[in-house]
Amino acid sequence: MKHPGMTNKVYNISNNVFNWSEVNFKRASEIIKKYPNSRQQSAVIPLLDLAQRQNSGWLSKTAIEKVAETLSMSYIRVLEVATFYSMFNLEPVGENFVQICRTTPCWLRGSDKLVKIAQDVSNSKLGETSNDKKFTIVEVECLGACCNAPMVQINDDYYEDLDEDNFRKILIDLKNNKSIKKGSQIGRQTSHPKRGDDA
Amino acid sequence: MPTITIDNKKVEFEDGMTVMQACELAGAEIPRFCYHEKLSIAGNCRMCLVEMEKAPKPIASCAMPAGDGMVIKTNTETVQKARKGVMEFLLINHPLDCPICDQGGECDLQDQALHYGFDKSRYEENKRAVKNKHMGPLVSTIMTRCIHCTRCVRFSTEVAGVDDLGLLGRGENAEITTYLEKTIDSELSGNVIDLCPVGALTNKPYAFKSRPWELHKTETHDVLDGVGSSIRVDTRGKQVLRVLPRINEDTNEEWINDKTRFAIDGLSKQRLDKVYIKNENKLMVTDWNTALKKIKDELDIRGKEKTITLSGKFTDTETIIAAKLFSEGLGSSLYDCRFDNAQIIHGESESYKFNSSIQEIENADSILLVGSNPRWEASVLNARIRKAYINNNCKIGLIGPDIDLNYAYTKISNSLSGLDDIKQKKSEFSKNFYNSKNPLIIIGTSAINNSQGAAVLKLCADIAKKLPNYSNALNPLNVLNQDISRVGALELGFVNKYFDENFIYNLRENIKINKPVIFLLGLDEIDPKTFEGAFIVYLGHHGDLNAHHADIVLPTPAYTEKTSTFMNIEGRVIQTSRCHNPFGEAKEEWKIFRALSNLLNCSIKFNNLNDVRKQLIEINKNFLEIMECNNSANLSFASAEVINDHNIAYNISNFYMNDSISRSSETMAKCTNEILNKAQAS
Repeated sequence: MKHPGMTNKVYNISNNVFNWSEVNFKRASEIIKKYPNSRQQSAVIPLLDLAQRQNSGWLSKTAIEKVAETLSMSYIRVLEVATFYSMFNLEPVGENFVQICRTTPCWLRGSDKLVKIAQDVSNSKLGETSNDKKFTIVEVECLGACCNAPMVQINDDYYEDLDEDNFRKILIDLKNNKSIKKGSQIGRQTSHPKRGDDA
Repeated sequence: MPTITIDNKKVEFEDGMTVMQACELAGAEIPRFCYHEKLSIAGNCRMCLVEMEKAPKPIASCAMPAGDGMVIKTNTETVQKARKGVMEFLLINHPLDCPICDQGGECDLQDQALHYGFDKSRYEENKRAVKNKHMGPLVSTIMTRCIHCTRCVRFSTEVAGVDDLGLLGRGENAEITTYLEKTIDSELSGNVIDLCPVGALTNKPYAFKSRPWELHKTETHDVLDGVGSSIRVDTRGKQVLRVLPRINEDTNEEWINDKTRFAIDGLSKQRLDKVYIKNENKLMVTDWNTALKKIKDELDIRGKEKTITLSGKFTDTETIIAAKLFSEGLGSSLYDCRFDNAQIIHGESESYKFNSSIQEIENADSILLVGSNPRWEASVLNARIRKAYINNNCKIGLIGPDIDLNYAYTKISNSLSGLDDIKQKKSEFSKNFYNSKNPLIIIGTSAINNSQGAAVLKLCADIAKKLPNYSNALNPLNVLNQDISRVGALELGFVNKYFDENFIYNLRENIKINKPVIFLLGLDEIDPKTFEGAFIVYLGHHGDLNAHHADIVLPTPAYTEKTSTFMNIEGRVIQTSRCHNPFGEAKEEWKIFRALSNLLNCSIKFNNLNDVRKQLIEINKNFLEIMECNNSANLSFASAEVINDHNIAYNISNFYMNDSISRSSETMAKCTNEILNKAQAS
């Protein structure tokens, strides 16, 4: 399974320099302050997350090293954390990081079709980034929204109760930079029974 | 004491022990991969599973603290089944390449698969393959064999103090690597080879050389630094193929440094195996009789009583005593061992020994380093300091230029002026130093190799006397000598006050006036130009710097080729063993001096090695007990001297190549290139 978060390789684009933005530097200092003295290294996960957000969704070599330097850790210790969690991407990803759940409930409800559509719309293969850098499509294991299966996560948001049509529309809208509806696509309230099913 | 029942046998154990340790007390053998006594507990291999009463499933005995009244079973069917299961999982991804694996024959996985595993595999899927990683010129990696015990990671982080190794990824994708495959930047990196329970990390220079059962194994001691680590030398014929550490809690624990382990290829290169004599400025092969005759003639012409004898880095005490008695027989007492100009207080053995003992470092909570870089001068000793730093939160202060020591330290000054600070309790560190429970002072030779040396020793002794732990049983004043020969030579009085303060200057002046015969006992650390005008007799085993400039070269065996006695920095008497026969015509030094004394009619009272050793004991009773050190806390030379400021410069410029053996070693040359030069470039 190809996934930018599941590689042990450190990737770097030439001349990529990572420095904390002013806002994020402030935020990083606040995060570090949450941990007791001499336990600042505990902030490694939130700081990696912060760095990933600043670095358009992935952690470059320089970003990892910056986090290590910020926390006075050795590079390898930070890399261990970054490679352990698949949520940290070590390769560049597209503007929309589409994670399609393929675990049993979603699969039974047709996640296979979603994968096909996603590949079709983005014109890229699983685990790869589309040429226009709009999408990276990956398959993931259960994201914990089985009741509204099938579902996908795009960047920070969940899109639930998908079918071929509404998923295609979401992707096309994303491609055209239109705003899209988050959460359930059929108007379901959180995980309540679907209208009509509750009788 | 609490008791625990193991296999129906009741044993008492100490608080804080784990179930595994208690099992060992009861004599039950527990298989393990990830657990190692000297490292932190990981509990990730699951091989040490045992059954505990009232527990629903087997427990990992290495990570479970033993409790009073526990009932443990180590040989039930469940345990055996659990072990078989774990073995099967471990072997899923382990390649079946034992026939081409260097670990074959001494592999934990092989042995334990034989004893605890299944006889066949039920696994039919593809095995995983992992790319090999570059870890430098010493450690070769075949990462597909790795079982992820993480011993190497824990060793480099905890003991060596370099955060270089890590476990990336997880599950099927887990792999051990250094950050971007950089070289492990540690003097102790070779130990990961011993720690690796499988053949994932192996000895690069030894790759495909031999099988463990083909080797002749000799237990002996290392002489390449002052610690005198306990080692096992594996030889085949006249080739030393590898060196492994032996456990010795007094000195090296379980570790040895990379020079000890890897410089051995130098033992078969550049060797002196014939007698040479200088003829028209060229060294020509000759025979022993001609050479000895020539030495006699030169001694007669130049004056026997002017003879100078200087010892080198590896000179054993038998040689020292033979040379000393011979020289005295000639009527000269111009002998010395302090070629690096390290000063001593004459007659005070406390002024050159590591008095507190190496083991005492573990209890230290404050250490003052004066002109010493222990990482290079005695790497395994530095690992102890790091242990104290981690376990006791030991504070370390450094008087000397900045260095990377693998632990945090407080820099006091670049020059000797820092001692004033300590004396007058000026800085924060100085104040805490006197108030800590177990402070130690470690003086490196770089601080005392100048005219201030004696004063530094006196002042440090004065400071040591004021320390709270100074008592009859413990002397916190330590001198860290770099050479194994030094303390032994000094104990035997192989010094002359004539060479005090400025060794080279005094030597050169003497040679200018007297043009004497000089015996160099493997001494290569002095510029050959110093000897111009003298007649040089070089006794040694390597054609290093000074052998080329000698008038006569007499071949002698290296440390693996003779049994000899040394004193390590603590004054601990250690005896090395002959691992194989010497090269060519090499003869032990004491035999050479015995033969010379015959020619010159000066009586030397020994005829065999036993006689020589009797002489040792006669001169110094400390040589009586092997592996013991008798150190006193007498610091009568202490005085609050005022020291003229002097800048400290460490006298080792290259850890990997600083003696005749390691300078001849290709492996050490590679290390210099790949590790040192790279570190300096970045």
